Amino acid sequence: MGVSGVPRHWRSLRERYRLLGTYCENCGTSFFPPRKICPKCRRRGRTREVEFSGRGKVFSYTVIHVGSKTFEEYAPYVIGLVELEEGPRVLSQIVDCKPEEVHIGMEVEACFRKLFEQEDGGIISYGFKFRPVDDSWVEYYRKLLADKKVKAART
Amino acid sequence: MRVGIVGYGVYVPRLRIRVEEIAKVWGHDANSYREGLGIEEKSVPSLDEDTATIAVEAARNAMRRAQEVKPSEVGALFVGSESHPYVVKPTAATVAEALGLTPSLTAADTEFACKAATTAVQACLGMVKAGYIRYGISIGADTAQGAPRDALEYTAAAGGAAYVIGAGEGVIAEVEATYSYTQDVPDFWRRDGASYPRHAGRFTGEPAYFEHVINCTKGLLEKTGTSPTDYDYVVFHQPNSKFPLKAARELGFEEKKLHPGLLVNRLGNTYSGSSLIGLAAVLDVASPGERILLTSYGSGAGSDSFSIRVTEAIEAKRELAPPVIYYLDKREYIDYSTYARFRRLFKER
Repeated sequence: MGVSGVPRHWRSLRERYRLLGTYCENCGTSFFPPRKICPKCRRRGRTREVEFSGRGKVFSYTVIHVGSKTFEEYAPYVIGLVELEEGPRVLSQIVDCKPEEVHIGMEVEACFRKLFEQEDGGIISYGFKFRPVDDSWVEYYRKLLADKKVKAART
Repeated sequence: MRVGIVGYGVYVPRLRIRVEEIAKVWGHDANSYREGLGIEEKSVPSLDEDTATIAVEAARNAMRRAQEVKPSEVGALFVGSESHPYVVKPTAATVAEALGLTPSLTAADTEFACKAATTAVQACLGMVKAGYIRYGISIGADTAQGAPRDALEYTAAAGGAAYVIGAGEGVIAEVEATYSYTQDVPDFWRRDGASYPRHAGRFTGEPAYFEHVINCTKGLLEKTGTSPTDYDYVVFHQPNSKFPLKAARELGFEEKKLHPGLLVNRLGNTYSGSSLIGLAAVLDVASPGERILLTSYGSGAGSDSFSIRVTEAIEAKRELAPPVIYYLDKREYIDYSTYARFRRLFKER
């Protein structure tokens, strides 16, 4: 059994797991995937690794009904171009919602998922995908705790 | 010095299947399962979710709450599960990498049916107390397997909980004492290469679950010189709603102390996640000074009990990540055919 794809998987797993990119301190531009040099500043560039927040907006998207063999079991699925709040645009699946719910401008956040599995007992590739942002719990949870305090004060 | 929980977090996949939907397929009486097991629905992982992805999501929530903890200060990470994606290749290394904790830490997968992660909590407590590490993380996560048509199929669910263990001011819940109880009991097992676990039916009750949960809890009460009235909440491993209720009754805990952490009716049995998600639901609402008794259970068989006291530090931290109720409420129902596809029950050409 071959191990094709394993070195490539290993080389990119950190950036896929943590959404790591590059930030240039000279011009303030962020890049994903990571770059060794800043294409804008060239030799004047001062690049360093940066972990992106994972928040962004759907810049564009498409629905895949007939996927390639590796992804066919996910069909229909959404491939989105997500613009991160730090600037770079990344290509990723949009999950945890129905294809018809996705729209341009939709706020999304990174989550950790299986990307694909090699056949015949090969490796499992993990990494980021994006899901709709849902902060509804913040208000709800605050109210729940406040109500509990009121109730406790009464008794 | 206070040693205990400095952060906690959970994750539950959003798909659900109802008891009726499973019963319909096998010609079972849904009511008898609903009432017999005390379960309405269970969580189901998406095609792209497994124990590693659940563990990462739960651990990221835990690290959000453990806001003072720097990744470089975490010296150990354990993932307790009986559904690790690989037989050989640690889930813990993937999770540590995804959290940015590598390379200066120790990591391992632990296995003891449904109590693999509470044992890892004890390991973290020990290492923190001994001064070997500053912080340790223990995660219980599973995508539980139950063979089609087996009674387990109604409850085997997916979810996880993560606990950051440490010492000092940041402790939101101090672990006052822990006690364990272990014996060789053949109540539930899965051989290497087998897809589904096997269990000894009714045998899983008295000599297995109750023998260990009750005696372990009694052992902790004795060790600490406390009684059920000293605790405000009690959390037990919850393979169904009936077992923990019966254990609480036999031990003399008021039923209302069990309810805040009893989630199996809406969640199913998340195996290694089960009692630890229950504890998280209690931490979501508990007040400083309140005491919690937690007893896990793992088939084969053993229990770990913990006496936990909530501190003032909880107030500033618990709103930093979603509460358990958020995950219980955020759900999408699927039918059995979708479930079968997601669980890969169909043989492909």
